Amino acid sequence: MLETVAWIVLMMLSVAIVLCFIRMIKGPSMFDRIVALDLLGITMIGFVGMIMIIQNTLVYVEVVLVLGILAFVGTIALSKYMEGGVVIDRDSD
Amino acid sequence: MKNNISLHTVAQISVFIVLSFSFYLLFAGHNNPGGGFIGALMAASAIVLLYVSFDLKTIKNVLPLYYPYFIATGLLIAMGTGVSSTLFGYPFLTQFFQYTTLPILGEVELTTALMFDLGVFIVVIGIALLIITTIAEDDE
Repeated sequence: MLETVAWIVLMMLSVAIVLCFIRMIKGPSMFDRIVALDLLGITMIGFVGMIMIIQNTLVYVEVVLVLGILAFVGTIALSKYMEGGVVIDRDSD
Repeated sequence: MKNNISLHTVAQISVFIVLSFSFYLLFAGHNNPGGGFIGALMAASAIVLLYVSFDLKTIKNVLPLYYPYFIATGLLIAMGTGVSSTLFGYPFLTQFFQYTTLPILGEVELTTALMFDLGVFIVVIGIALLIITTIAEDDE
């Protein structure tokens, strides 16, 4: 039962990943692409979590954490670049 | 300039979470997923998060680190771990391990590979942050 539900959720998540990818390529503005990239990372975290449930293991926990951290830092860096034109300020005053 | 109060608050808290995760990866390595390299990349991403949310001048005041020294120190530690096994008549980079019982942690495995991983950790964090700060200082 749980495994069937997990496979169904896995298929829905893969459809969501494909939709995020389409928005990332097509997106009218750069901000759509940034949000789509962040959502792609979060959806991939859910994908890895469902694979962990199916295989009944815990070895992919590090993958979840690393994906979350990289998606967070990447989104912040891209947003700051789009807002101010520079990623790392020399002096913010 | 701009008032990035929410970004500053989130960065100040999440930096410690990411740093503790990087040390977890450093100590989990060698038998489980993890190791010095990926742990150092996580620590570098934490400090890059600080650089992005604040600016170069503030972080240079807060963390007065000169990254080329990191590279030299890490290389010396890693190389010394390799050479030290030759002093006892074993081949270069031979590793030893032993199970001991520590007060809080219980039974742990102490290996010389952890010292090698520590050297790799320091080298990679120095190189990553040196490259990033050098590129960021160049945009004048």
